[in-house]
Amino acid sequence: MPEPVIATQNLVKSYPVKNASDFVAVDGISFEVAPGESFGLLGPNGAGKSTTMRMIGAVSTRTSGDLAVLGLDPNRYGPEIRSQLGVVPQENNLDMELKVRENLLVYGRYFGLPRARVARRADELLEFAQLADKASAKVDDLSGGMKRRLTIARALINDPRILLLDEPTTGLDPQARHILWDRLFRLKEQGTTLLLTTHYMDEAEQLCDRLVVVDKGRIMAEGSPADLIRRYSSREVLEVRFGSTQNAEVAGRIEGYGERVDVLPDRILVYSDSGENELERMTAAGLHPITSLVRRSSLEDVFLRLTGRNLIE
Amino acid sequence: MTGPQLSPSTIAAGARPPRAFGHLYAGNARSVMARGWRATRSTNSLVVLSGFVEPIFYLLSMGLGLGALIGQVQTADGTQVSYAAFIAPALLAVAAMNGAIYDSTWNVFFKMQFAKLYEGMLSTSLGPLDVALGEISLALLRGLLYATGFMLVMQALGLNLSWWALLALLAVLLIAFGFASVGMAVTSYMKTFQQMDWINFVLLPMFLFSATFYPLSVYPQGIQYVIQALPLWHGVELVRALTTGQVNLGLLWHVLYYAVMIVVGLFATTRRLKALFLN
Ligand SMILES: Nc1ncnc2c1ncn2[C@@H]1O[C@H](COP(=O)(O)OP(=O)(O)OP(=O)(O)O)[C@@H](O)[C@H]1O
Ligand SMILES: [Mg+2]
Repeated sequence: MPEPVIATQNLVKSYPVKNASDFVAVDGISFEVAPGESFGLLGPNGAGKSTTMRMIGAVSTRTSGDLAVLGLDPNRYGPEIRSQLGVVPQENNLDMELKVRENLLVYGRYFGLPRARVARRADELLEFAQLADKASAKVDDLSGGMKRRLTIARALINDPRILLLDEPTTGLDPQARHILWDRLFRLKEQGTTLLLTTHYMDEAEQLCDRLVVVDKGRIMAEGSPADLIRRYSSREVLEVRFGSTQNAEVAGRIEGYGERVDVLPDRILVYSDSGENELERMTAAGLHPITSLVRRSSLEDVFLRLTGRNLIE
Repeated sequence: MTGPQLSPSTIAAGARPPRAFGHLYAGNARSVMARGWRATRSTNSLVVLSGFVEPIFYLLSMGLGLGALIGQVQTADGTQVSYAAFIAPALLAVAAMNGAIYDSTWNVFFKMQFAKLYEGMLSTSLGPLDVALGEISLALLRGLLYATGFMLVMQALGLNLSWWALLALLAVLLIAFGFASVGMAVTSYMKTFQQMDWINFVLLPMFLFSATFYPLSVYPQGIQYVIQALPLWHGVELVRALTTGQVNLGLLWHVLYYAVMIVVGLFATTRRLKALFLN
C-alpha cells in the first residue's frame, strides 16, 4: 500500500470544562487514508467529526495521539500542510466585505500564489461553481446554496492535494448536489484525496470508497459502504407502521422476528433476508400494519444500528 | 456547462525543516494587507474621511480660535511658541493614534466576533503573525495617510517651525505602529460591545490630558508622573519636539517606549490569535 496521505493513531481532542473534568470530543480515533482515496466520516451530531477535520486541517491542536498529514506533523508544519489543503468548513466563512470574485482572488493570495495564476483559476472556478454571472455580486446577496458553492470553489483555488469537506452539500438543491458529486468524482479521478463528513447516506454511498462510523468520539465501524451493509445489516428490511401510539405495543409482540427488530419513533424495522416472509408471518399473527414496505438494506440501516439509541437487542 | 480543467497539484509538499516561527509566520502579511485595502475601498470610505478631517477641525477651532486669546505657550524645554504651533503636533500624534486605533480595534473586533474572517485566513498557509502584521500594517498605512494630510495643513498654516518636521512623519509611523499592535492585542481579548466601549473610555481622557492642549507643567507632580506613563504623552512630546525643532537625545526614550509597545503588542496578538483560531 502506498504511503497514506492522512494517518491518525489514537487521536484525542479534549476541551477544558469549568469546574469539571475535560470533555473528550474525539476519543482515540485511528484510520489511514491512501492517496487518491475518498474517505468519509459518518456519525450523529456531536460525534466529533468536525473536530477531527479541524485537527487534520492543522487548525486545531490535538490533545494526544499521532497525526501525520502528507507525512508532516501539523504541530510543526501548519502552514506547509495547509498550503496543500482545500477546506470547506461546516459553516461558510466567506469574506462578506468582498465581492464574489474578489473572495477567490484574495484567498488565492493568502497562499502566496502569483496574481495572474490566481486570476485565471478564479475564472475557471466561477464557471465550475456556476457563479460566473455573479462574479461582481456581493456575497451577502447570494442564496445559501450559492454561498456554499462559492466556499467549495474557494477551497480549490490552490489546487489542493487533499480536499476536506465538512458537510459539503448541506443546503444545496438536488441538482446542485448531483453536479457537485460529479465534480468531486472528477477531482478524484485526477488524484485528489477527499475526506468528507456528511449526514446524507446516499452521498456517502456515492462518494466514499471507505468510511468510518463515529459515535461519541470513537470509531464504531470501518469499511466500504457495501462491506458495512454486508456486515451490519441483513439483505432486506421490512418497514411497517402501526401509528405512533401502537408501535411500542406491537414491538413486544414481534420480538424475535427476522435477525433483528428496531423500533423508531414513527415505524418499526425488521431486518431479514426476506422481508416478504416476515410480513406474512406478521399478518398470520393478526397484525395489520397501516403501511408496509420491503426494501434492500442501505447504509442508513448500518448507521442507525451502530449509532441508534433505541435498539431492542 | 463545461467544467474547467482541474489539474492535480503542481506544488510539492515541502518537507523541509521548519523555520523558526515557521508555524506562526509564512512571510505573507502583504496579502492580508491587500485584502484590507480592497475591503476598505468598497465599504468604509466614509469612516476614513471622518478620521481624516476631525483633527483638522480641532486645529482650526482651537489652534486659531482659542490661540487668538492665548497667544504664546511654553514648550517642555522652555521655548515660547504660538498656541497653534503648540497643539498642532499633538493633534498630529492623535491623528496617527486614531487612524491606527480604528483599524486595529473596531475593525478587528468585528472580524473576530462576527465575520469569522480570521478563521478563513488561518485555514490557508498564513500563520497568526501574518494576520497580525497584515492588519497592523494597514492600520499604520491609514495612520500615515491621516498624518501626511495633516502635515500639509500644518505647513500651509506655517506651523512647522523646523526642517526636523519631516522626521515627524516617521515618528507618526512609530506611534501608529505602537497603538495598532497594542490595540489589536487588547481587542483580541474583548468579547462584547460593552467591553469595546472601555477602549473609548480610556482613549478620550488620554487625548484630553496628555499635554495635548497645554503644557504638562500645569499639573501637580504626582499627576505628571501618571501622564508620563501613558503612551500618547510620549507621542505628543516626540512629535512636538520635531515640528518645533527642539531636538535632543532625550527623545530616544520616547522612541524606546513605542518600540516596547510594538513588540509586546505583536507578541500578545500572535499568541492570542493562535489560541483563538489554532487551538
Ligand atoms: N471549541 C469547543 N469547545 C468545547 N467543546 C467543543 C468545541 N468544539 C466542539 N466541541 C464539542 O465537541 C463535540 C464534538 O463536536 P463536533 O463539532 O466535532 O461534532 P460533529 O460530529 O461535527 O457534529 P455535527 O454533525 O453536529 O456537525 C460536541 O459535543 C461539541 O459540543
Ligand atoms: Mg460538524
